[in-house]
Amino acid sequence: MRNALENPELAAVQIDEDSGDLSRSDVLLKGALAAGAIYGTAMVGPYVRRALAMTGGSDVDILNFALTLEYLESAFYAEAKKRAKPSGELKALVDLIASDEQQHVEALEATIKQLGGKPVAEPKFDFPYSGTAGFLKLAQTFEDTGVSAYNGAAPMIKSKEVLAAAGGIVQVEARHAAAIRLQNKEEPAPEAFDPPLDEKQVLKAVEPFIV
Amino acid sequence: MAEIKDLAGPQSRRRFLAVGGGSAGLAAFLAACGDDSGTTTTTSMGGGAGASETAQFGKGDIGILNYALTLEYLETAFYADVVKSGLFKGADLETIRKFGAEEAEHVQALTQAVKSLGGKPAPEPKTEFPLKSAKSVLELAGTVENLGAAAYLGQAANIQSPEVLASALAIHSVEGRHAAVLNTLLGESITPDGAFAKPADVKTVLKSVEPFIVG
Repeated sequence: MRNALENPELAAVQIDEDSGDLSRSDVLLKGALAAGAIYGTAMVGPYVRRALAMTGGSDVDILNFALTLEYLESAFYAEAKKRAKPSGELKALVDLIASDEQQHVEALEATIKQLGGKPVAEPKFDFPYSGTAGFLKLAQTFEDTGVSAYNGAAPMIKSKEVLAAAGGIVQVEARHAAAIRLQNKEEPAPEAFDPPLDEKQVLKAVEPFIV
Repeated sequence: MAEIKDLAGPQSRRRFLAVGGGSAGLAAFLAACGDDSGTTTTTSMGGGAGASETAQFGKGDIGILNYALTLEYLETAFYADVVKSGLFKGADLETIRKFGAEEAEHVQALTQAVKSLGGKPAPEPKTEFPLKSAKSVLELAGTVENLGAAAYLGQAANIQSPEVLASALAIHSVEGRHAAVLNTLLGESITPDGAFAKPADVKTVLKSVEPFIVG
């Protein structure tokens, strides 16, 4: 199942100049300077690299990338219901998030099929934590990573409908992240801008949990 | 079309719409935002083919950014007023200060983004918020943040530039975080729309903030 994550198309750092698809790769390069004005010039470099890292991916590739993350989150919370033994307020939160993540999985699978793609198979996961505190710490990592992964990938989505759907999911991930952070007594919105992550950074973050 | 009741529940909507006064202030404010009179004839709030919901704030991405800037100005002013009100102290005051500071950063970033695209940043609206009790202020904050998140979500797919989109998304999820915190403080669901957050259109958003703009 590792192959699903090491999809060469997702990992490819290249621009397909002959694809005839002018919608994104050209725009990305031309727009690179504008990013400097928004985030400061120091941010331009990383943004261009992130943009280029994703321009090889189709919407199906990006959705499959998202699906892999949602599989992970969904498995994590489904298991935690029994393993982390949450009670009271935390149990309600875990039940809510588990349900949301499962719905994200189903929506992404359906969307991939609608676009004529094939949903990636669900990897097998192993989550090394113990106790409620260990669960909450890992949950925070997954939710924050999920937000940054969607934020990093979404600008590469070509279909407006798919982009809008991804936006509806990432906002829910952000809400989860804030709620989990409150449980951890951490700043719920630590930065004014949630940093984007490219797919390589995300895969590096989640690979330790895939067996 | 998204409705406020979808965003914060029917009770919140009533509370939200009950406060504040008339619409003359907003009309004057919006008139001041228009970049040229020529765009008004093609501006349909319903968003017909080729028509932009945010045309009254400028063309294309500039209009979307100025729309967002207007909302961020409102949020920044709101939190500043709340801090000054003395209604909060301790951890809640710190949260409000932090959120306010983040909204101010959004204002700065959006102002710069509009300029970088060759546009003129929208003017800061004059605002007035009802600050009667800690509870009613938290309710208003919750409504404003949920609405703000929905407003960004409503525009994401209309943004042309991937860099502007990346910036808007980086802000959008922070608004979502703020909304979840306020919903938690209010004892409401962190995800009132369920697993998929719903967008709000420009007309709905502007109508909702209208009571707080006084000139």
